[in-house]
Amino acid sequence: MSIDKKIVDDLVANDVSFITTVPCKQLAGVIDEVEARPEIFHIPSNKEDEGMGLCAGAWMGGKRPCIIMQNTAIGVTINTLATLTQYYRMPLPMLISYRGELREPVACQVEMAVHTKALLNQLNIPTYHFHKESDADEFDAILKYTFMCNKPVAILTDASFWGGYGDQ
Amino acid sequence: MIRSEILRDIAPILRDQLVVCNIGLPSQELHMIDDQPTNFYMLGTMGLSSSIGLGLALSQPKTVISIDGDGSVLTNLGTLPTIANNVADNYILMIIDNGSYGSTGDQPTYAGMKTKLEKVAEACGCENVVVCQDVDTGKTLQAALDSKKMTVIVVKCDSGNIKLPVITMDPVVIRDRFMKAVAS
Repeated sequence: MSIDKKIVDDLVANDVSFITTVPCKQLAGVIDEVEARPEIFHIPSNKEDEGMGLCAGAWMGGKRPCIIMQNTAIGVTINTLATLTQYYRMPLPMLISYRGELREPVACQVEMAVHTKALLNQLNIPTYHFHKESDADEFDAILKYTFMCNKPVAILTDASFWGGYGDQ
Repeated sequence: MIRSEILRDIAPILRDQLVVCNIGLPSQELHMIDDQPTNFYMLGTMGLSSSIGLGLALSQPKTVISIDGDGSVLTNLGTLPTIANNVADNYILMIIDNGSYGSTGDQPTYAGMKTKLEKVAEACGCENVVVCQDVDTGKTLQAALDSKKMTVIVVKCDSGNIKLPVITMDPVVIRDRFMKAVAS
């Protein structure tokens, strides 16, 4: 089974049915899989804080949401995470492409990579880092944990996890 | 009319709907005028009223009204293409356009200058965009509800604020009673 399919299977098995995405090349396969599943309403957003607003509304409407985005978005969404998702105590699994790690071809991506875990730590956001494909075995448990505790939870997925960053 | 006068005017219409209300004075005004479990008050996060309302409308069948401001829509301008391309006929975005950032001291917004949010919404692909004057807000909102079509209403009004207290209700209480009202 492809890793993209496994991840989306876990989302569907956990009744996640509202997913917003801001694309990243590493996430392209997952986003295609999300789009293809009839169980999931896929709504691309233009910016990640907008996406978190959509997810907050969806959850209050009775659907389990998820946001799929790049780690650069942590810089965009700190206010939203603190004053909406955390303040109103809402669950939000964040499947994050962890750019700027080993096998990264674009130097600028490293500039946000070095801040990513520190920012998540400062926000007291539970954070998991998928580096090897077998790390995704925990994804199902991470989703259950997220909807148990009603917190935003970060799943960082680096280039090694995805088998390298494309053909660059 | 200023925003608080409009909210007082349309409170009987809002009472029967799910309302997501913008940060700052709009939420404080609505809370003072007619606090309802069906109101979701934003205590922070400027700009996301329209996004929260759209996510809610797309996830359950009841009608949702997002009360937003011109300044807040400008903060999250990317919301308009998302709304246009994900049509929810149980969703109304009501932008109270007073041309100023009311909660921060009435600094002018670009919507009060050259930028016309109704034209931005149309250019983004929103199909039912209605502009009305403050005194016509009630009948315009009722017509949008009756149409059962996703509608963006831009209400042109005067800038100005009233003195009123902040909302001290706990955010989790606001959210919990709102979710119960959504599910009931």
